[in-house]
Amino acid sequence: MTTAIAEAVPGTSRSAPAAKEIWTPFNAHSEGQRLFKEWYARLETANERHEPVANVFVMGNAIEILRSFDFHMVFPEINSLQTGVRKTSAEFIRISEDYGMSPDVCSYVKADVGMMLKEEKEPLGKMPKPDLSVSSNMCGTFIKWAEIWERRYKMPSFVLDLPGQRSSSWVVRPGDAQHSADSRWVEDQFKDLIAKCEKITGKRFDIDRLAEVQGRVNQMVIHWNNVMELNRTCPAPYNAMLDGLTYIGIMNVYRGTVEGVEFMRRLEEDVRAKVARGEGRVPEERFRLLFSGTPCYVSMRRLVELFETWGGVFAYSDYLTFAAGGMDAAELLYDTSRPLESLAEVTALAAQRGLSNQFFAHERMEKQIKDYGVDGVVFHGIKSCRFVSAGMADTRDYISKRLDIPTLYIESDLIDPRYWSDAQIKNRVDAFFEALQQRGGAGPLKGKATHAQGRTA
Amino acid sequence: MSAQIVPDYEAQLNAILDRCHSASLDARIPDAGELPEGYTGTLGNFPVYFPDEIAHAAGLLPVNILGGGNKLEMKHADARMGSFVCSICRSTTELGLNGTLAGLTGFVTHPICDAAKHLAGIWSRNLPDQMAEILYLPQNPNSPGAARYVAAEYQRLRAELARKVGHPISDAAIRSSIRLYNKKRRLMRELYQIRRDEPWKLSCSESYLLVRAGTRIPCEEHVELLEQALPAIRQRHVAAQDKPRVIFVGGFCEQPPLEMLETIDDACFVVDDDLLIGQRWFTEDVPEDVGDPVWALAESYIERSHASPVQHDERKPKGDYLMAMLRDGKADAAILTAAKFCEPGLDEQLFWSKDLDAAGVQYLVLEFEEKMTSFEQMAMQVETFAESLLFALA
Ligand code: SF4
Repeated sequence: MTTAIAEAVPGTSRSAPAAKEIWTPFNAHSEGQRLFKEWYARLETANERHEPVANVFVMGNAIEILRSFDFHMVFPEINSLQTGVRKTSAEFIRISEDYGMSPDVCSYVKADVGMMLKEEKEPLGKMPKPDLSVSSNMCGTFIKWAEIWERRYKMPSFVLDLPGQRSSSWVVRPGDAQHSADSRWVEDQFKDLIAKCEKITGKRFDIDRLAEVQGRVNQMVIHWNNVMELNRTCPAPYNAMLDGLTYIGIMNVYRGTVEGVEFMRRLEEDVRAKVARGEGRVPEERFRLLFSGTPCYVSMRRLVELFETWGGVFAYSDYLTFAAGGMDAAELLYDTSRPLESLAEVTALAAQRGLSNQFFAHERMEKQIKDYGVDGVVFHGIKSCRFVSAGMADTRDYISKRLDIPTLYIESDLIDPRYWSDAQIKNRVDAFFEALQQRGGAGPLKGKATHAQGRTA
Repeated sequence: MSAQIVPDYEAQLNAILDRCHSASLDARIPDAGELPEGYTGTLGNFPVYFPDEIAHAAGLLPVNILGGGNKLEMKHADARMGSFVCSICRSTTELGLNGTLAGLTGFVTHPICDAAKHLAGIWSRNLPDQMAEILYLPQNPNSPGAARYVAAEYQRLRAELARKVGHPISDAAIRSSIRLYNKKRRLMRELYQIRRDEPWKLSCSESYLLVRAGTRIPCEEHVELLEQALPAIRQRHVAAQDKPRVIFVGGFCEQPPLEMLETIDDACFVVDDDLLIGQRWFTEDVPEDVGDPVWALAESYIERSHASPVQHDERKPKGDYLMAMLRDGKADAAILTAAKFCEPGLDEQLFWSKDLDAAGVQYLVLEFEEKMTSFEQMAMQVETFAESLLFALA
């Protein structure tokens, strides 16, 4: 990969370390923390510096275009999940419910509204007022959420409409008639968004800047796909639902930046080294699992601990795909010689993958089960998220009955601690592992390893 | 000289309302022997909007799948859908799993919300012989190219349906369907105009039944019923009671039980509503004699349509169209409802209430479920609200 520092994220002149610098041990977690702190610090002063700010989501966000206009990106989902991690979500949810929000709507939205109403520092800093929001139809709640900001901040909310899989066994190949029609629609919308960005920032669209950002996204995607593929190895070098959360955080927040490329490069290097050393996330990996759904951020470590004490590791999660832009395959790379067309083509395909993971979950899960050699699937129904949860019990029925794969269904919430019932969840997890053991699943270290090759960024 | 026969309008209207009531309650799908003449199958479609004309031109009876009401026993769906999903999605799943909808030729849902999108996957896993689709109606009708994209989606649907019925669907057939559906929509617009002008002549629940029947019976029959109903309604001699004029919103997808609407009718004149708004989606006729009828449908969808909480359109801010309904209906207040567990509806309900607070308009907030069976408490709330309005208006 190249180490040239073309540009860093807006608001900083800090350069990413060059690849040939003296080797220092890489700790993805602490490095991720550092990058997050820097990101929040830059956001805090963005309004003062009169730099444009956009509120975006982790799916369908057109970051490449926004970055080419030097927008700062605020990810309200990440702010909300941070309230869960920091155990302050209950207070913000209470404030929004007192304001009138229903107990039955997304707790991320409620935490965000609570933070807006309290008008105080958010988990890691004060969020700037946005000039624009970009949401998408990938999750219906994104749109309603953006409409709340639209009312509050009196600023435009752009909804990127991304067509998904229309029916089962739906095959779309790059360049076929359906893909071309969908890409054309996405490109039309990008042109419209570009016009809006020009108006807000007073800058002309620079297609070369877009290509540069895309080039860096390509590098990140290659590293990211290699990192995911490396977890096919047994023992799995990381836990998709713990370590993986930091990785996708960087994939989102630093998408298309020099820092992002560097993080992912070092991450791949680190994970590859672990695989070479035969080092697994859990000391003795006994069960490989697939996690479907989102974490419960108020009990994130506890959730993982309940599984790891049994030697269970989440080798893969669909969360890593849909919440990281859907770019989970090497063919999803931008052709930087045709920046805008290619952006539309890849976005259309990636969005479709992200959507298919949920709305036709059984089709892709069958393959993921094989690819990652998993012994069982854990479904986590999230009370406040119909995007991941509404079809989950039915998908579980399909996976367990038709594919004869052991499954576990647990229910809680993203960040609302009222829905985490520790004793009940622990009982279900224990019963699941007992059943897995009875199937003769214990001690499966041998003979299951699948080998990951990867490709070079 | 023979005596002139004075038609008994009230009896005629009652007969029509009875027909509409029984059609609305019937969740069964007609089998091949029961299909009305000219139809070879049925196409189920989920709210909010569906281009019925394309199914009609294919010879398929479009049936709007509106859940299971408050009489359905849930036997299968509870195990297949989380308890936090709205009732219409759960009961639609039940109707699919218990065989009630087995006779459908196909089922089409839309990206109105995440729960509704999941129905296509549930269908494909459990009813693999039926065509199950998401028709991707756009959430960004503002960008140039939206009409072209909708037209492409409609052409895709047209091709799918043609494959299913085994013959092509001609432009001429679609044009003729547009003419028929325009007529029906015109009649429904008249119905709503009566509600705004003389709400004592037609209650919300009666108007609802007249519209709802059209979600199941052939358009030809629906047009006939409406053509007979309208003069009968106009002839009605009903004294205007002392009731406040209100609008009702929140009925765009999951349907409130009829008893709930009757409860509101008892205390208020509901001069406008968003019940079954997809049936009345266009604000004007779809152009009839144009070269490309699919384009006419797509362009009308983007340019001349109503609004709903589940479509984002920069040109139709949610607060604005609520205010327009109040203004056009000369309404004193609003009843803001939402279906339980309906995320978009619940979000909108709150922010509508904030809009009304800012505008100084009174409102009542109600939450409902299609499966509700008890209305006493709601009746008390509505009565108290109506009385306070009358007191304030006196
Ligand atoms: S009632 Fe609401 S949540 Fe349920 S399908 Fe309709 S729009 Fe979606």
